[in-house]
Amino acid sequence: MAEARTLVAGEASGEALVLDEPLSFWGGLDPETGRLIDVHHPQFGEVVTGRVLVMPSGRGSSSSSSVLAEAIRAGTAPAAIVLLEPDPIVALGAIVARELYGTSVPVVVASDVPRGRVRVSATGGSARIGRA
Amino acid sequence: MRILVEMAEVMGTDRMIDVTSAHVDGCLYHGIAGLEFAERLAAGGARVRIPTTLNVGYLDLLHPERYQGDPETAANARRQMDLYVGMGCRPTWTCAPYQLPGRPGRGEHVAWAESNAIVFCNSVLGARTNRYGDFIDICAAIVGRVPFAGLHRDEERTARLVLRLEGVPGRLLGSDALYPVLGHVLGREAGSAVAALVGLPPDTGEDHLKAVGAAAASSGAVAMFHAVGVTPEAPTLEAATGGPEVPEVPVTMDRLRAARDELSTSTGGALEAVSVGTPHASLAELGRLASLLAGDRVRVPTFVNTGRDVLAAAERRGVAHALEDAGVQVVTDTCTYLTPIIGEVRGAVMTDSGKWAWYAPANLGVDVVFGSLEECVRSAIAGRVERDEGLWADG
Repeated sequence: MAEARTLVAGEASGEALVLDEPLSFWGGLDPETGRLIDVHHPQFGEVVTGRVLVMPSGRGSSSSSSVLAEAIRAGTAPAAIVLLEPDPIVALGAIVARELYGTSVPVVVASDVPRGRVRVSATGGSARIGRA
Repeated sequence: MRILVEMAEVMGTDRMIDVTSAHVDGCLYHGIAGLEFAERLAAGGARVRIPTTLNVGYLDLLHPERYQGDPETAANARRQMDLYVGMGCRPTWTCAPYQLPGRPGRGEHVAWAESNAIVFCNSVLGARTNRYGDFIDICAAIVGRVPFAGLHRDEERTARLVLRLEGVPGRLLGSDALYPVLGHVLGREAGSAVAALVGLPPDTGEDHLKAVGAAAASSGAVAMFHAVGVTPEAPTLEAATGGPEVPEVPVTMDRLRAARDELSTSTGGALEAVSVGTPHASLAELGRLASLLAGDRVRVPTFVNTGRDVLAAAERRGVAHALEDAGVQVVTDTCTYLTPIIGEVRGAVMTDSGKWAWYAPANLGVDVVFGSLEECVRSAIAGRVERDEGLWADG
């Protein structure tokens, strides 16, 4: 069980998909399919839908919040996002999707990389990442 | 306001400050969620309370005949653009708001979205903005305030690492080709950190700095950089770092050549189109494009993206007419990597933009060849990729 910081509250579990490099959702994630489309990315072609997406940080575009919100609306988004560095643009996409559609995708900042099937429990302030 | 307060918590502050202007990126259509967000705000009677410019949208409203996508997407995209104008934003439709009159001055707090504009604002203008994304940009424009965090604060603006150019010959320093490639290296090295570049000529111009920032905000999450002896907050290295020793990364010709190669997914051969002007071309860049083309005509479809205000100035000076005569298609209000304008392409598209080169393979499914503006023009005229390897030779 690892402690983490909550950016966006919620509870979810899924298989961890650990990214080796930062990701920009805009130009990086196809919200229609949930597939990673950034040809420069080591995990190009992987599908994030229903996974616990573990990423070092965001990258690039300020449209990433829109693309994440659209993926959440379309049901192709990750179940939860674990960042190793806080990224407000990622948090923003999840906050707006919750405001519009009531769907919570928790976003947390952790210091350790979770692997395998994990559960993210994020409440106001603190969060926990454990085995599912 | 609820979104702003929650974002303040995300950013670890409980203080808000006033901003004098906003640049909003949320007008660009990415799907139903962004449209419904705008509908929700507009239905609630939202109006911006500070001068607010708009980023590119999904459509070229001045040249609608170029759009080759489906009508339903176009209708949604148009609706989203109209909603933002209806909330009081200016229909500037450009990713280069710093090319418009009345840009913010040094030390001014603003709320800008669009990654390249954010970097330019902080680095070149010395005005202060965080990396605001879609949604919070319009919230800030409506409320006129943002969380007092990140790059709004003095101590967050100093460089945490140095990139030092080593052995870069004068001919490359004088070429536009260097700057997107250097930006690409900067994004890779800095991630989201502020870095200082050492070794750029003191007269490095705004178009070159624009190219550095745009590429750095694509390969990384860069929101600010210093160019020592060039940008306003970095008269010296000490001023850029605030004093402490910081790690230093050498930028050698080997590193630059590798970065240049990373920006191409194809090395040559069949050329199907050329696209320049990402971020939007300045008046000077349009003029240079016209003079490089002088007397010739392009043999493959060639596009230049620019803002409608810059195009109007180019029309007054006869530059737009010269580009048209040479066969160049001027795209405004949007960008060729956002919307179906280029059409079905089987070979490669050439560009002088690090940002276009980075995103187009994913957005359009095309192969990309990166080159200088001059190489792009030569290739467009020849109908095949022509690059000058000598530009990238040592010393």
